[in-house]
Amino acid sequence: MNRSRKTYMLNMGPQHPSMHGVVRLVLELEGERIVDVDAEIGYLHRAFEKHAESETWNNVVPWTDRLNYVSPLINNVGYALAVEKLAGIEVPERGQYIRVIASEISRVTDHLTCIGATAMELGALTVFLYLIKGREYLYQLVDHLTGARITTSFTRVGGVKGDLPPDFAEKFRQVAKEVRLAVSESGRLLTRNRIFMDRLEGTGRISQADAIAYGITGPFLRSTGVAYDVRRSHPYAAYDRLDFEIPVGTTGDNYDRYLCRLAEIEQSLRLIEQCLEKIPDGRHSLEPKEIRYAFEIQDAGKLGDTALLAKYAAKVDRTLEGMSKDDQPGTRVPDRGITLPAKESTYANIEGLMNHFELVMWTWGVKIPPSEGYFAVEGGNGELGFHLVSDGSDGPYRVRCRPPCLFPMSAIKKLLVGGQIADVVPTFGSINMIAGELDR
Amino acid sequence: MPLEGETVPAGVMTTQLDAALGWARKYSIFQYPFVTACCGMEFMSVAASHYDLDRFGAGFPRFSPRQADVLLVVGTVSHKIAPVLRRIYDQMAEPKWVVAFGVCTCTGGFYNNYATVQGIDTIIPVDLYIPGCPPRPETVIQGLTLLQEKIQKTGGGRR
Amino acid sequence: MSNLRGERRDVPAASNREALSHLRAEGYNMLVDLTCVDYLKEGRSPRFDVIYRLMRLDPALGKDLGRVEVHCAVDEAPVLRSVKDVWPAADWLEREIWDMFGVKFADRPGIKRLLLYEEFVGHPLRKDYPIAKRQPLIGPKSGDKADSPSFNILRPTVTGE
Repeated sequence: MNRSRKTYMLNMGPQHPSMHGVVRLVLELEGERIVDVDAEIGYLHRAFEKHAESETWNNVVPWTDRLNYVSPLINNVGYALAVEKLAGIEVPERGQYIRVIASEISRVTDHLTCIGATAMELGALTVFLYLIKGREYLYQLVDHLTGARITTSFTRVGGVKGDLPPDFAEKFRQVAKEVRLAVSESGRLLTRNRIFMDRLEGTGRISQADAIAYGITGPFLRSTGVAYDVRRSHPYAAYDRLDFEIPVGTTGDNYDRYLCRLAEIEQSLRLIEQCLEKIPDGRHSLEPKEIRYAFEIQDAGKLGDTALLAKYAAKVDRTLEGMSKDDQPGTRVPDRGITLPAKESTYANIEGLMNHFELVMWTWGVKIPPSEGYFAVEGGNGELGFHLVSDGSDGPYRVRCRPPCLFPMSAIKKLLVGGQIADVVPTFGSINMIAGELDR
Repeated sequence: MPLEGETVPAGVMTTQLDAALGWARKYSIFQYPFVTACCGMEFMSVAASHYDLDRFGAGFPRFSPRQADVLLVVGTVSHKIAPVLRRIYDQMAEPKWVVAFGVCTCTGGFYNNYATVQGIDTIIPVDLYIPGCPPRPETVIQGLTLLQEKIQKTGGGRR
Repeated sequence: MSNLRGERRDVPAASNREALSHLRAEGYNMLVDLTCVDYLKEGRSPRFDVIYRLMRLDPALGKDLGRVEVHCAVDEAPVLRSVKDVWPAADWLEREIWDMFGVKFADRPGIKRLLLYEEFVGHPLRKDYPIAKRQPLIGPKSGDKADSPSFNILRPTVTGE
């Protein structure tokens, strides 16, 4: 039979149940074989970078929550570290450990969501329920730590929102048990599951050289056998003092990516356990430069010398309940007037409120000399970088976020062409596209 | 049942039928989750075992708008996706209800910028607003029970 | 803390492709990022600074062997040339730069927007684009609701109006 080969177009998205977010794929198919594919993104473009330009340095943090909303804490940490690098300050040891703990909790939630959603899209709803159960315990832990389940806004320039809650280690141990249980249960259901393996093995394959050329990082790159991890190559926070392995794959297909993510969950839990063992005492945010009695500052303020408020920390009586907490010996106006006072001080005494007000008020807040810098952390999907430009005012002149999942998305043609239409779903799942981060 | 535009006074039969329909509909919500952003994470949490939307008869997502009767708009709606949302709403069969899940869908939230729709009620009618960024599961469940009350009241589907 | 930024190199925009291809030959196999900054407020000329961030990644060790940051100062005129055949990652990033800043690449005349829709007029990350200037496809056209000062009262968000 001499029939001319005919192709047809199929549109997937922008709202499709097996798409993790809003993205549109236009597939050109010949039978069930994919001949060509084009991706249309930007359906969740929310102008993060534009907003950041009109905010103060600290006020950008809530926006970073919503970049990769599956691992908000990593974004918070990444942004805060980038600003601190530009300002030339470093957070105390305890703060660094807290940041590692926060990042790793988020990494686990990220991977749990990714694996769970992929499994659900392939028909394994049970696994989704198990893993989301594990994630729920982590969300409750995050709630305990930061006060919010998802939009955490945990970091500040120069520190974190607050110290670990006193029962954090104990709570974490219980949560880790639940998460490990959920992971091992799902692992038993998936890892050697015939259907699951058939759909994942050999699909969405990319070679090492291609992955590098496309700028892919994170678990996606590691699945091709490249052990590149920002935490190891450019250790930030406390990662150089902690022991962890970098799981790598061999073939660079969807199955390898699944295995990499599964192994990383365990590594992240191990990292948190080590942190809780090693975490030193001390302050979680920057030290105040100098402490004066509150009445001295008050008097000076009455005389019109408001500059003192920005320069010194006030020592106040521990009569208010908020002040009796151990980590709050006094209202702090810490190093170079950069760090926001603790919430308890802001709400409990006038000096804290004043200090907070000064730092958040337009043109009064943190100022960073004109400069330019780039800093990256290992996000859930790879290298999450922030390129910051300061013009000397109280807010960024430009914030550029390097979204790690943009790069595998741009390689979608490489990943899908030649495969079957059924491969779209697992491949898309393993890219772990998070629209908030992809479109910013 | 009186047809639209007719002025037949509501009799015992019609009110009883409306009540029965409302009762049936409120406990078998077929939702269409129009998930775009962060709120989707919280929606997953509500739908999964811990909070279990299924207890309220709303655990069954239909990913075809023609089979769904509640459109859950979960997450920021940008101007680029707005026509899609409108189209999905138009494709849904009556009776239909719309839930704005999360503050972005209610008012635009803190995304007051060139890319974001300032509340989906500028595009489609909304029956219930669930605020929060994202709303906590408890808020969602409360919202759902409120929606059920509304469905009970407007059971025949005439809005 | 190791250096994630690498050495800064300024390259004339007209010869960006030659310089970058040369770096590729030197072993910079990953284009980590490609972005742009609009220096309108600083009054700088040329107005835009396009930044290529490159990394030399050793696949066997998984180690970052060094990074470099290439800056090209350009104006609106399409002077830069595309490097999407050197690093395929550049394809989408160049589209994003066109979309957000309106900086065109000389050998990509028909370049498509990446994030916004084709009907959108202007380039939002330029400093003279007001943050709340909406161009809706459907719904109320004026965006009156947006003009209410309900948000961010302390700080004027609209720049260059």
